[in-house]
Amino acid sequence: MNPLLQVRNLITRFHTPEGTVYAVNGISLHVNEGETLAIVGESGCGKSVTMLSILRLIPIPPGEIVAGEAILHDRDLLKMKDAELENIRGKEVSMVFQDPMTSLNPVLTIGRQISESLRVHLGMEADMAKRRTIELLEQVGISDAEHRLGDYPHQFSGGMRQRVMIAMALACAPSLLIADEPTTALDVTIQAQIMELVIQLRQQLGMAIIWITHDLGVVAGIAHRVIVMYAGFIVEEALVEDLYENPKHPYTASLLAALPRVDRRRDRRLKSIPGAPPSLLVEPKACPFSLRCEFALEQCAGENPPLEQISPTRKLACWVDISTGKAR
Amino acid sequence: MKPDEPPAPHALLNADELETPPLTIAQLTWRRFRRHKMALFGATMLFLLVLYAFAGTIFFSEAYANKTDTKARLQPPSAAHPFGTDTVGRDILARTIYGGQISIIIGLTAMLVETIVGVVIGALSGYYGGKLDSLLMRVTEAIIVIPQIFLLLVMAKYFGGKVPNITLLGRTFSGSVVVIIMIIGLTSWPYLARIVRAEFLSLKENEFILAARAIGTPTHEIILRHILPNSIAPIIVAATLGVASAITTEAYISFLGLGVRPPTATWGNMLEGAYNYIENAYWLWVFPGFLIAITVLSINFLGDGLRDALDPHSRAI
Repeated sequence: MNPLLQVRNLITRFHTPEGTVYAVNGISLHVNEGETLAIVGESGCGKSVTMLSILRLIPIPPGEIVAGEAILHDRDLLKMKDAELENIRGKEVSMVFQDPMTSLNPVLTIGRQISESLRVHLGMEADMAKRRTIELLEQVGISDAEHRLGDYPHQFSGGMRQRVMIAMALACAPSLLIADEPTTALDVTIQAQIMELVIQLRQQLGMAIIWITHDLGVVAGIAHRVIVMYAGFIVEEALVEDLYENPKHPYTASLLAALPRVDRRRDRRLKSIPGAPPSLLVEPKACPFSLRCEFALEQCAGENPPLEQISPTRKLACWVDISTGKAR
Repeated sequence: MKPDEPPAPHALLNADELETPPLTIAQLTWRRFRRHKMALFGATMLFLLVLYAFAGTIFFSEAYANKTDTKARLQPPSAAHPFGTDTVGRDILARTIYGGQISIIIGLTAMLVETIVGVVIGALSGYYGGKLDSLLMRVTEAIIVIPQIFLLLVMAKYFGGKVPNITLLGRTFSGSVVVIIMIIGLTSWPYLARIVRAEFLSLKENEFILAARAIGTPTHEIILRHILPNSIAPIIVAATLGVASAITTEAYISFLGLGVRPPTATWGNMLEGAYNYIENAYWLWVFPGFLIAITVLSINFLGDGLRDALDPHSRAI
């Protein structure tokens, strides 16, 4: 089966007055139809930039997509004309952003904003678009949808706004939804509601989802497969159960060890990772995690390990076998 | 529950009464504007002035306003000529009415030209940035560094008399009116363009613009339907003040004799002939001068009120 989206060797950099930021350093990933892929990593590890690069939404300049391809339905998103890409955004690939408080235009009614992609992509007439918009709002769980069409974003709460954002993204029934930390700005109960909504819509619409997050708890609840990113690299890729049970990369293992768990003794402090992520202003030559890694060997400081397929469902970029502490 | 027992207090409340619908943006704006007494005064005065200039035509014909009568030169205000007569015996009251129309039309249309050019240049500059921005801003600066009065006089002199008369709404306008509108409009847009550019520069960085692009909204829609409505408040305020400045600008070009040519009256060119009679015939300049002053003052008050009312950061509710 061909994957829905295949990204190969994506490299994105930003040319800033302080120097070149090596934000994404050769990312390859794929997502299958109907699958939910989670991308996890700490702030600034390139999760969002990777996704924004795929849809060419990064500001150019200062940004630059140096290399790579992103194949969707046999066509490379990174090479097509702007007008063609505008046709794909929102129609075949949609995106939901982190902060629902700032992602809606404050001076336009939410009805207008949702019907926009219906108008743009499907050429719907006003009354038809209105009916469809009401359906969409009901689908994302907004009651009294008909009367709320004329409301402005400030009349909605954060969770409601994220529902509106989801309705906007799903208006044209895309085959891929990219969710960029859609629950991070919401409180925990609302977060659970939104996740439930997305899972339910995934079943109804059969779309694939790329869910970006730094919350490993969220990943466990929603994803089939997980990619762990660090400093612009993919360090590990695994099915969700495998990753939690048996992390292979020292960074993944440290992240899981830093997570509070109900089945562990509570009188101990959580284990933190010493040091700080490397500056992205320096061109990465060694393994980016080597300075913080408790398993680091000599070769880790010399050469960055490539992402290797270590089993049919698993990829790893590390020189060390952490179960033995020796080189693989 | 016994039948004669009064209903529980909450049962008396109607759900519709509990939740008053939230105010729309227009309602909020009006509430803030209403509190600005000077702005209300300005708006009322402007209404009266427009009424004066346009309803006044019921009482006097344009031919009467332009009719010269050498036997009745420089007459002080009287029953026959309430505002007196000018140096060639024309009735000043009638001329302030027809002149007011021209002044107001010049103010509004010059503002329209200014706003269209300013918004287009500012929007392109702010949205696209980079080389286009540098180019457009250098052009803008080039116009700003030339003193406006100098530019106006040269253009007025150069284009004056080259445009034929036009007939509109049953009136014949001197071609010089069109020239004045164009040159005022085309020399005053840089200020507005800079405001719009600054608005676009900051607004385009908003997450909702990224979100709109992410659902495939084309660029022209982003500019026209997403960013422009967000920057409409400063544009309205600048445009309002632009009307006032266009009226004064017309007045001083006409005062210098390069503006609208007689017999078409404007408040500005009525002052031109008054210059030599400042002491002897006060009525020549008092009436048109007062009308210009009160109009500009009212527009400025209105602009102030609109700025406060439209400013989303305003504390007044």
